[in-house]
Amino acid sequence: MAEPLIRIKNLYKVFGESPRSVMPMVRAGRTKADILAETGHTVGLKDINMDIEKGSIFVIMGLSGSGKSTLIRHFNRLIDPTEGSIYIDGIDVMGLTQKELENFRRTKVSMVFQRFGLMPHRTVLENVAYGLAVRKVPKAERDMKAREWLSRVDLDGYEAQYPSQLSGGQQQRVGLARALCTDPEILLMDEAFSALDPLIRSGMQDQLIELQGKLKRTIVFITHDLDEALRLGDKIAILKDGVVSQIGRPEEIILNPADDYVEAFVRDVNRARVLSVDVVMQPAHHRLTTENIDEALRQMRGWTEDYGYVFHDDEYRGVVTQEALEEACEKSAGPTAPLHEMAEDGPTLEPDTVLQDAFSATLDSDYPVPVVSEDGEFQGTFSKEDMAKVLAHDNAEPSDSPTRTAA
Amino acid sequence: MANTSWFSEFPEMERATLVALRKGLDGAYRDFSRSYGEAIENFFDPLLYFLVWFEKLLLNTPWLIVLLVLVALTYGASRSIKLSVGVAVSFLLIGYFGMWENTMRTLSIITVATFLSITIGLPIGVMMARSDRAQNIVTPVLDIMQTMPAFVYLIPVVMLLGIGKVPGIIAVLIYAIPPVIRLTNLGIRLVDRDVLEAATAFGANPMQRLFSVQLPLALPNIMAGINQTIMMALAMVVIASMIGVKGLGQPVLKSITNQYFTMGLLNGLAIVVIAIMFDRVSQAYAARTQKHLEGMNGG
Repeated sequence: MAEPLIRIKNLYKVFGESPRSVMPMVRAGRTKADILAETGHTVGLKDINMDIEKGSIFVIMGLSGSGKSTLIRHFNRLIDPTEGSIYIDGIDVMGLTQKELENFRRTKVSMVFQRFGLMPHRTVLENVAYGLAVRKVPKAERDMKAREWLSRVDLDGYEAQYPSQLSGGQQQRVGLARALCTDPEILLMDEAFSALDPLIRSGMQDQLIELQGKLKRTIVFITHDLDEALRLGDKIAILKDGVVSQIGRPEEIILNPADDYVEAFVRDVNRARVLSVDVVMQPAHHRLTTENIDEALRQMRGWTEDYGYVFHDDEYRGVVTQEALEEACEKSAGPTAPLHEMAEDGPTLEPDTVLQDAFSATLDSDYPVPVVSEDGEFQGTFSKEDMAKVLAHDNAEPSDSPTRTAA
Repeated sequence: MANTSWFSEFPEMERATLVALRKGLDGAYRDFSRSYGEAIENFFDPLLYFLVWFEKLLLNTPWLIVLLVLVALTYGASRSIKLSVGVAVSFLLIGYFGMWENTMRTLSIITVATFLSITIGLPIGVMMARSDRAQNIVTPVLDIMQTMPAFVYLIPVVMLLGIGKVPGIIAVLIYAIPPVIRLTNLGIRLVDRDVLEAATAFGANPMQRLFSVQLPLALPNIMAGINQTIMMALAMVVIASMIGVKGLGQPVLKSITNQYFTMGLLNGLAIVVIAIMFDRVSQAYAARTQKHLEGMNGG
């Protein structure tokens, strides 16, 4: 596996008069409250380890006070850790000199802020071009780039306005354009959409997903909103009191919460909107690859179910029921048509369909709906029962006892 | 009784000791000014030449041209026709009442004093904003400069430099510079942390942060400080005239000693006119540079 783009190792941050002096206590596992009472130092982050893949959106989620904003400021060293190391694209960020660090911030990473952080005395265009101005890019060139980015965030015509003349959503789009204008590899977004109205927020999320589809940057996104995290994140880290509770893909976090804290968090998630078919489907079975109906019937009689999925030339063709095959055999004494011509075209699901879009197909069907990818590959099946089980939060093993379900 | 006299009477220093102390300090300072006075005077020579040159420029240029330049500057800074007309009328009246030359002298010294206050005060203010230690050292000094009666610090200045323009402008500076320094410091400290953090995150170095974020955002406060400095410099005009600074202060001083009420009033009003002109023009200019703040709260 390729090296991750960002690697954080054993990162600790203690706030107070002399943070290093309390490190032994922190490492000995004393609680945050103990250390605060005894030494007056606050443990901000404790033993953070994370790897972030290039081109992914990595969401760090936690409530206020969990240390998430502190953590993201370590990526570009707006805050220095008490201990630990940060590697970005092979660079040891902690080893950079002041000059190198400035250069690193000018080219590798840029940041979008919760309260925008726009410069009120500069026009929108000058704000977007700020990163390039710091880099001493000639004015004509940086204005051209800034215009380009403004139009990519749909703010054409606002160049000469001042930030105070824009709405919150527009201001944050300026913030986003400013961050992207330096063409950074990594985008740090500190609760970038939290200050916006819900409707505007979801619009911004769409815009970010759309941009990311084209740009393929590495995005570290901080939020306190689980729905936002699940919507944007390729991977999610859940932070509690400065400690990582769990890191995983969204569905892993929902289906297998690592501890009670995460479980409490994900309990109210609307699973139908978040989970896609491929993470909850059953493995493929009941395949019929033969041409011959008699052979197919023989196979089917050995199964407990009375239907089968028909394949021809490794391609999914449809469903047949045992009943229909028997009928066909009785009718014609002679040689029968090949099996794949008898297959019924039933509904199919694509693997990345979210559950709520799979409702009607699943409920209307008498047999588990086949999950077939765009290029025709049969990946598994998804039934009403599977749907019910997932939505009832019955995420434990299939052999669940009825008492627990009742409880 | 001898033992308890400290209770009813303050146990003060022996009279002879006090005299000796005073004599010692005065003597030391006199020796210092005798041996270094000339060198220090030479140090200030460029300033003196500049002062004389600027005053001569204002005095020798025909009044009409000076008036036109003043009105043009007013309009350029404020873009207000009303204010420009007001300045023109005021200066015509000043000239009509025979105070043109003195007004030019005062204008020259105030302009130079303001210019010096900004060039010295701004960097000190920036330094104070950067380091708490600098702030702790400079603040009490500023307190002393503002509260110490002007006559007291006139003594050593005159002892060292004699009477004339240079000691006059130093006295004006001591009195007038604190507001620029204080408000520059305050303004920079009040700059929105989020904006400064954003600049840092984009790789701005300390100088870039100062010029692209801190100073521009502190400008309203700095302009208020400059405005205060100008007002205080004008207030010092009369006191500075006591050590030989020519201008509107001297006739005022003469009227005090001779009880010429009308003469005092007219010259006093001329000072007020200059003050109002400086104040309105600098405020209008500040407001114009802060255009982006419009609609900040209007939503």
